[in-house]
Amino acid sequence: MLAYAVRRLAYGFLVVLGVLGLLFALFFVYADPHDMARRAVGEKASPGVLDDWIKQHGYDRPKLEQLRDHYWKMLTFDFGRSDLDDVPIARRLREGAGPSLVFTVPAFAIGLLLAIQLSLFVAYFRDSYIDRTILLIAVLEMSVSILLYIIGGQFLIGKILNWFPISGFDPDPALIPRFIAMPVLIYSLAGVGGDVRFYRTVFIEEMNRDYVRTARAKGAGDGRVMLRHVLRNSMIPILTNVVTAIPFLFMGSLLIESFFGIPGLGAVTVDAVQANDFSTLRVVVYIDALLFIVFQIVTDFTYTLADPRVRFE
Amino acid sequence: MEGYVVSNAVVGALVAGAAYTVRAVRRSRQWSQAFRELGRRRPIALCAIAFYVALGLADSVAWIDASATGIAAYEPSSLVDRLFPAEFQERSYSAPFAFEEFYGGAGLRHPGQHWLGTDIRGRDVLHMALKGARVALLLGGLTSLIVIPLALFFGMSAGYFGGRIDEAVFFAISLLSSIPTLLLLIALIVALGRGPVQVCFAMGVTSWVGFSRVIRGETLKLRELDYVAAARALGASDARILLRHILPNVMHLVVITFVLLFSGMVLTEAVLAFLGIGLDGSWGQMIDQARDELARDPIVYWNILAAFAALFFLILSVNRVGDAIRDILDPRTVRENV
Repeated sequence: MLAYAVRRLAYGFLVVLGVLGLLFALFFVYADPHDMARRAVGEKASPGVLDDWIKQHGYDRPKLEQLRDHYWKMLTFDFGRSDLDDVPIARRLREGAGPSLVFTVPAFAIGLLLAIQLSLFVAYFRDSYIDRTILLIAVLEMSVSILLYIIGGQFLIGKILNWFPISGFDPDPALIPRFIAMPVLIYSLAGVGGDVRFYRTVFIEEMNRDYVRTARAKGAGDGRVMLRHVLRNSMIPILTNVVTAIPFLFMGSLLIESFFGIPGLGAVTVDAVQANDFSTLRVVVYIDALLFIVFQIVTDFTYTLADPRVRFE
Repeated sequence: MEGYVVSNAVVGALVAGAAYTVRAVRRSRQWSQAFRELGRRRPIALCAIAFYVALGLADSVAWIDASATGIAAYEPSSLVDRLFPAEFQERSYSAPFAFEEFYGGAGLRHPGQHWLGTDIRGRDVLHMALKGARVALLLGGLTSLIVIPLALFFGMSAGYFGGRIDEAVFFAISLLSSIPTLLLLIALIVALGRGPVQVCFAMGVTSWVGFSRVIRGETLKLRELDYVAAARALGASDARILLRHILPNVMHLVVITFVLLFSGMVLTEAVLAFLGIGLDGSWGQMIDQARDELARDPIVYWNILAAFAALFFLILSVNRVGDAIRDILDPRTVRENV
């Protein structure tokens, strides 16, 4: 077990190093610093001003020195300041994580519960009319662009029905529910179709096993079979989905945040993309990849909690 | 050489390739049976896809008329463009089938002829929506041309040879899959410079991961089967085993995975278009340009609705066909989470 943990961590660290290398190659070797400078000081800046900007931000140093600097700073979590507006990137991340989590966590929880309940229901009625109708609705739902949910939701709920503000955010806890209601609704409903289909196949696979027949033969009712036996034995795929989704919650949602004016990390990312701010973008990508790798390792270990049969060598 | 000549040549090559594939499918009993079954299960969705493909091809065949004047003398017009009268433009918004401008009420140049209205610059919405089909198919086609050979090469050699090669490929897969897809796409496009080739390349990199993983897994399984051992005992080389014995048996996974990835790619492009890094002329771009129009008073709805509808019907047909193909060819290996 310990040997496995050490090996798993070492491999994760290697992947992190690989991600950092890829980011460096993309942002600081392939991309031309002149483009960055032009975006920062203006399209029509003179070559002298551009060179000054590049020198000031250290992009004229030898690549090897930059590479060493990049690795050292990222691994020690010293993110420095944004090239664009000199704001410390760490502060921006701290400030953005709150608003992102405030709407992604409830949205994810609602979406997950809804998907699991619906798919248990559908799996129970498999190959019946109910099953086929809900599956068809799920495919229809999956085929709609997320943009339609956002734009349509804003238009219908915000403008025509006037239930919630169209966009905006206020850190005051009393006002938060009003502002996040619509993002939560859209974020949670947008993914339900795909999730229902996924969990349905998982549940149906479990329902075909012998222990289900045994439980039935011993007189267990439908509710007990579905909830106590099928659901609990399907915990591994559910856990995998949940734990690998957690890093995305920190990052919010690029689209929803910029449409609804939520000052979260998704909005930070969109701003960085539109301004070619590689100093911020590399930190966002790095942190997200790091979280993903950490949570993936965590998932592997939660398997032992969910299923005592799982053992690591 | 002129761009449109190259484009026409590419279309010709694609049609020839498609004809060759059809011939190969008809010769193989297994594949032609699968195709017939698909036609039986999803006739409407297949017709819809055929319509989109025909539209995309028709829009790719373009030439300049010798008698053309004005802009038409410099810009080739495609078969789709020729469905519409020359200079089919208004000064501003026109509602569907309207006889006057939407705001102000000035007379139109082509009263009653804009079936889906016009956008802010007076361009015909139906025309733009039809032209979006080519962009979506180009995205899927170009990306799959990049991805499928690479994924087959790396996935099959990783699964077949194992050892160091497998470790290297698996490392690349875990590296790329540890970055969230949308962020990786954005990072690639922004760093490589914005443009259609960059978008397709970035889509290729992100979909390579799922592709290679599926093919690697299947090859690992096939490698252990008796018929491969028999081929090896008869003295077949590794290359021969890979090409003649493994490749035909992973092709069905290539088809399934490609169809599943295609709808994802087109939907993702719409998101990228919103961030300003999508493809020119795509439905995503139409949506992005039109999204403020719902705030106008009275509202302009036809523009955004046309783009959403065109996008929706393509994705829906592809999803329906994809599900059926998966059920027919392989009910188990590829799950929902490719």
